[in-house]
Amino acid sequence: MGQTIAEKIIAVHAGRPTVQPGQIVNVSVDIAMANELSAALSIKELGEWGIDHLHNPEKICLIPDHFTPNKDLNAAKITKIVREFARRHNVKWYFEVGRAGIEHAVIPLEGVILPGQLMVGGDSHTCTAGALNCFATGMGSTDIACAWATGEVWLKVPHSARLTFTGKLRPHVYGKDLILHALGDLTTAGATYMSIEYHGDVFEKLPLSDRFTMSNMAIEAGGKAGLFEFDQKTKEIVESTPRFIQDKPKYTPYAPDSDATYALERTYDVSTIEPLVARPFSPDNVAVVSSCTEVNIDEVVIGGCTNGWLEDLVRAAEVFRGRKVHPNVRVVVIPGSQRIIRQACDLGLPQIFIDAGCVFSTSTCGPCIGGHMGVLGEGEICVSTTNRNFRGRMGHLSSEVYLANPAVAAASAILGHIGSPDDL
Amino acid sequence: MILKGKVYRAGDNINTDVIMPGRWCHLTDNDELAKHCMEDHDRDFLKKIKPGDIIVADDNFGCGSSREVAPLSIKAVGIAGIVARSFARIFYRNCINIGLPIFESPECAEVTEAGDELEIDVFGGRIVNATRGKEMTFAPYPDFMQTILRDGGLRAWVLDKVNKK
Repeated sequence: MGQTIAEKIIAVHAGRPTVQPGQIVNVSVDIAMANELSAALSIKELGEWGIDHLHNPEKICLIPDHFTPNKDLNAAKITKIVREFARRHNVKWYFEVGRAGIEHAVIPLEGVILPGQLMVGGDSHTCTAGALNCFATGMGSTDIACAWATGEVWLKVPHSARLTFTGKLRPHVYGKDLILHALGDLTTAGATYMSIEYHGDVFEKLPLSDRFTMSNMAIEAGGKAGLFEFDQKTKEIVESTPRFIQDKPKYTPYAPDSDATYALERTYDVSTIEPLVARPFSPDNVAVVSSCTEVNIDEVVIGGCTNGWLEDLVRAAEVFRGRKVHPNVRVVVIPGSQRIIRQACDLGLPQIFIDAGCVFSTSTCGPCIGGHMGVLGEGEICVSTTNRNFRGRMGHLSSEVYLANPAVAAASAILGHIGSPDDL
Repeated sequence: MILKGKVYRAGDNINTDVIMPGRWCHLTDNDELAKHCMEDHDRDFLKKIKPGDIIVADDNFGCGSSREVAPLSIKAVGIAGIVARSFARIFYRNCINIGLPIFESPECAEVTEAGDELEIDVFGGRIVNATRGKEMTFAPYPDFMQTILRDGGLRAWVLDKVNKK
């Protein structure tokens, strides 16, 4: 019987010729990653278990990004624990503030992970890296501690879902709208415990960053992973990372067999998809932008691990160029990583954002989890390019978040209400 | 292992952000976590429950983030177990790994109301709702997960692997 991409990668890492959905296997882990919040708990657990020897520090990645640059004394305390742990164990992939960014943007662009590899991360959006044709999945701190100590984790082999996107994209429709469209169809539980495979000719026309956006939000449908096939675009990104240029590591991409079995299959005609938003309080509460233009807004967040890629910043900047943010609105732009910030500088993007009246921030998860850099007050309404709009997610329990693509977010910031660039 | 307790009833899509809001995710101490459990779902949660109680919920309990502080806080307040129509997968896995019993039973979610008395035979695959006079079954855990739960979490499995190496 044929195997899906996820089944092939899991089988290789379990040392078996094939695996079946539902089977519980032990897999070797190529990278076990954590941010300061999940790492602090993993480090505490290792201490309680009396384990001071790590299986392989070359396979560990630590990226303080949630409450950094340290937002308060609590953040300072846990990032210090993580930094000292990284130094003591000689962790290969420790990324310090100023040389890092948001974990899910740092990992693929610095070459921490390669196609065909298996990564576990102490953050649910670890699935972002699946865009590079690797099996990357979010787990809790105990699992991460286990991977650090043993080099392995237990895994229940997921069923696979196959989502195919075909046709010609309408203006201002990007990867974000495609995944929101799928979420509206599948719901937040529609792909629970499935590995999602994204296919279709539409991805030949979109940059790789849109794949990251869609893999990032696989978890919003309950997915265990979100994978793309390997192609020329993947190769270009993978082989341009600093790590690849230096080490020239070998890697093996995987394609699904033609007779692979999928528990769920959908084909979406993208020519019918308009720019979308997800309304409060769920990523599957999807509506067309044109139906929400009466919603006045207080804040706009552009960036994060979902839409903080260079192409996203370019799309937003094109809308802001020569325009001003609405007087009632404040905008925070958050590029995914230091590398992306540097590239944005080369393109002159910060000047455009600043001239329009935006905050141009360093990389941090801050506002997306109601941490810092733009926490919402009572009753405030935000358009955000991030991935979750649960009640209270970005601040006060009564605040509301609409999820959208960067061009829609920028247009809304200028209009003062939800709208698309065509409304300007 | 038999769990016996009163039911705290919750609905669909109880996400980890409302179980343990982002503002408390820097905490690692169980007593501290316990103070904020379910804070953004129900401000009176801690007043309504007592150690040994059981949460019964509908679909997709624990969806969202991988933050282990969410199930840790539920364990820390003394909740004995969680029954739901369905669970999000990272949350489910985290519960097994920290030794918090967790059961998928659409049937139990269907008949159970707040305050009901439940009795759960963890490894026998049986739930009795004494208040409603209903006896239900659930699919037993795979052997591997049973072992982890009997050990009270993943610790023993990790130590065994480390010692063999």
